[in-house]
Amino acid sequence: MLDGVRLVGDLTLFALKMVWWINWPRGGVIWPIMYQTGVLSIPVILITGGFIGMVLAVQAYDQFAMMGMENQLGTVINVTLVKELGPVLAALMLAGRVGSSMAAELGTMRVTEQIDALTALGANPVRFLVVPRFLACFLLIPLLTIVADGIGMLSGWIFSTKVLGVHSFYYWHHSFNFITAYDVLSGVIKSVFFGAAIAIIACHRGFHSEAGAEGVGKAATESFVYTFIAILLIDFLLGTFFMKFYYVLWPGDVAMV
Amino acid sequence: MSLIQLKHASKSFGSQHVLRDITLDVREGETLVLIGESGCGKSVTMKLMMDLLEPTQGEVLWDGRPIRSRSEKQITRERLKFGYLFQQAALFDSLTVFENVAFGLRQNKRLPEQKVVETVHGRLRDVGLSPDVVVDKKPAELSGGMRKRVGLARALAMSPAIMLYDEPTTGLDPIMSDVINELILRTRDREKMTSVVVTHDMHTVRKVADRIVMFYPLTRLKPDEPQIIFEGTAKDAFASDDPRVHQFIRGEAGERLTELAAA
Repeated sequence: MLDGVRLVGDLTLFALKMVWWINWPRGGVIWPIMYQTGVLSIPVILITGGFIGMVLAVQAYDQFAMMGMENQLGTVINVTLVKELGPVLAALMLAGRVGSSMAAELGTMRVTEQIDALTALGANPVRFLVVPRFLACFLLIPLLTIVADGIGMLSGWIFSTKVLGVHSFYYWHHSFNFITAYDVLSGVIKSVFFGAAIAIIACHRGFHSEAGAEGVGKAATESFVYTFIAILLIDFLLGTFFMKFYYVLWPGDVAMV
Repeated sequence: MSLIQLKHASKSFGSQHVLRDITLDVREGETLVLIGESGCGKSVTMKLMMDLLEPTQGEVLWDGRPIRSRSEKQITRERLKFGYLFQQAALFDSLTVFENVAFGLRQNKRLPEQKVVETVHGRLRDVGLSPDVVVDKKPAELSGGMRKRVGLARALAMSPAIMLYDEPTTGLDPIMSDVINELILRTRDREKMTSVVVTHDMHTVRKVADRIVMFYPLTRLKPDEPQIIFEGTAKDAFASDDPRVHQFIRGEAGERLTELAAA
């Protein structure tokens, strides 16, 4: 319990330090990290998004068909995708691919004294190592989430219409009747927080890696586990917040929030 | 004049105590060598000197003034008067040799690129490396000795007033070890530099030391015993009648194997 409180306090101080040093890094520093975080994550995001759409179609079809509502399938697939599963599963995949790799890279730099060498050469390690990684995750993970949402909608539509025989017109007609800009935006805003959490937790664990290969491995594992928990917690808190906020904005609305 | 002073400095990592009540100074122009068994806190002492670590208790002074009386910016600026050769060189894996050596210059000194190139090439030549051969290589493509020399070139590129060497000859063959020793001497003489060397290598001690300080592991000391068990010249160290100094210098196992087995 005490360790948990200490960890949260330590993470908060680390995040504040990172905010203090935030600036736009030189191109030679930020672009390779953005390439690693964004471009190289696209295949895994396409696979994740693609399967989520199809799995949702498979799971929901029988229930809807029993009630003769299979033409409504697009609604449940697309709302679930943009509000919940798209952002959360994309973030979890990126926590594994990007976060663990960041923790391992910085952990290796810690145990091989490269972080000390940065300090010795007058560079602030937080500014030089953490800020660019934070910016890359903060800016690119929402974009990757939009890609995951898009590909999930596409795969769900293809599977529903070509394999399950749902009519394409009604699929989109009902989807557009129920999905609002608020739904899409709430999913994207959540992904901004997920991106920040991934970067801060991964960099923190890397910076505090213990010595040796075992220490670096432990840092990468802890990074994933802590990020996983943080994503679920943030999802719950923001999900609740967006639901309440919706009724503040539109008190009489009974839309699917 | 003392450039660096440690006053009653102690350092612990969690429940592990590494240094206890260390008082030590580094005088201008000297080469101070820190010796002692592995794990006795020599490297930690050197990191305290450069403020890469903070003491748990006590204080560290630069030019007679506590480090902590300075702002973060002042500390960063004044830290640049130090050069640090790390045990495994600590070259940045993702950068080439040129980028490694140029790193500090680009980070801190607004020099024209031509001047950066001249400085990097000059420092690489100073440590016996041909710039044409190594500048485009990544650290992984270099041998251990070359990595150490690139690390030295990187530290020297900033023209430091104080050079800290952490086990500069560890893991090198005897000839390459002596090349590094010669570089330490050459750098000291040419640049009139103050040096602190952490080493287990008695050949290095004999060759470069003006003054020696020997540490003893806390785990082998009684609570009231000082951790620094010897301070003096190399000649005094080799003539010491303290059995602990004698044993270390001669590299004799003595009863240690039995003690280790019992522990």
